[in-house]
Amino acid sequence: MILPGNASCQGCPISMAMRCLDVIKNPVLVIPAGCSTVIAGLHPKSAMKAPVVHVPFPSTLAVACGLSEAYKKLGVEANVVAWMGDGAADIGFAGLSASAARRDDVITVVVDNEAYMNTGTQASLSTFWKAKTTTSPAGKTEERRNLSLIMLTHKADYVATASVGYIRDLRKKLRKAGEMAGFRFIHIHAPCPPGWRFPSEKTVEVARKAVMSGAWILWEYDGKLRLSKAGEKYALKENRIPLAEYLKQGRFLHLSERDIREIERKIDEDWEFLLRFS
Amino acid sequence: MDLSPILSEATVASAGETGSWRNYRPLVSSELCSKCGNCIVYCPEGVIFEGVDSVEIDYRFCKGCGVCREVCGQKAIEMVPE
Repeated sequence: MILPGNASCQGCPISMAMRCLDVIKNPVLVIPAGCSTVIAGLHPKSAMKAPVVHVPFPSTLAVACGLSEAYKKLGVEANVVAWMGDGAADIGFAGLSASAARRDDVITVVVDNEAYMNTGTQASLSTFWKAKTTTSPAGKTEERRNLSLIMLTHKADYVATASVGYIRDLRKKLRKAGEMAGFRFIHIHAPCPPGWRFPSEKTVEVARKAVMSGAWILWEYDGKLRLSKAGEKYALKENRIPLAEYLKQGRFLHLSERDIREIERKIDEDWEFLLRFS
Repeated sequence: MDLSPILSEATVASAGETGSWRNYRPLVSSELCSKCGNCIVYCPEGVIFEGVDSVEIDYRFCKGCGVCREVCGQKAIEMVPE
């Protein structure tokens, strides 16, 4: 879906995820400001093989819903995809939540690189506790928000988390979402080399380590919550790799042993909390 | 109504020939490559294709990130300085 020679950084997880859009039939993208806007290209050129509508943050889901309804009226077959980063999900959250509650017929994809990367790595609500960003130079002091779980509590038709470290799992989830109707939400973990400060070739490795250490949980919900095959064994703590392996990123270099133990405790809590819904 | 002035055109090289960004060039060993396709699906640029004996890389747009080397199970890709 994305053509080479675009403006994404080296090792960009968003372009990896954008390539997977190929599995969706007739996608129409609605993109609020963010890295994805830059990657999609500057007028009069476009890097995307699908129609793209660039929109202001809070209107994303309103535009997506309007397009989806209009296509239906016109009898045009289209899958409207609201494609945003975690920053746009923060800023446009009211619209996102309302759209999920209305069960609009759109697919929402959030590529979560855990900060406002396009403007220079400011902390977002998705940013990890203690992660260094330009607005939290000593490490973020607040907890992160679990966006996909919030969408689950809207009883959306389909909610899934995915990771660019498990592309085949991601493609499967996108394909499934594309074949369904109703409000579909996919939350993609997207480790960002410049923002998280690791070398560009490590994108996939870092994404996999997040899953293997339990820090990112792969699951899907289509009326019933299930752990995904690719990551279900990490529900058992003895199968996980040491968390310190995942935290080998520039943004976490200042962590003490105590901080790591505290994060580990929070991760255990996250698993326990999620599995209550299953 | 002619909409062509306000519609963008889908094209390669929307940000130029990004191969010029590259510091390291991925080289594929056709002896080691098993054509499993891992590098093809993980390449952020989508510039790796299945070739005859191994995979082939479009160096016009390859940014040299090195993701292909990391995901290669056969260790068939080497990054050499440009």
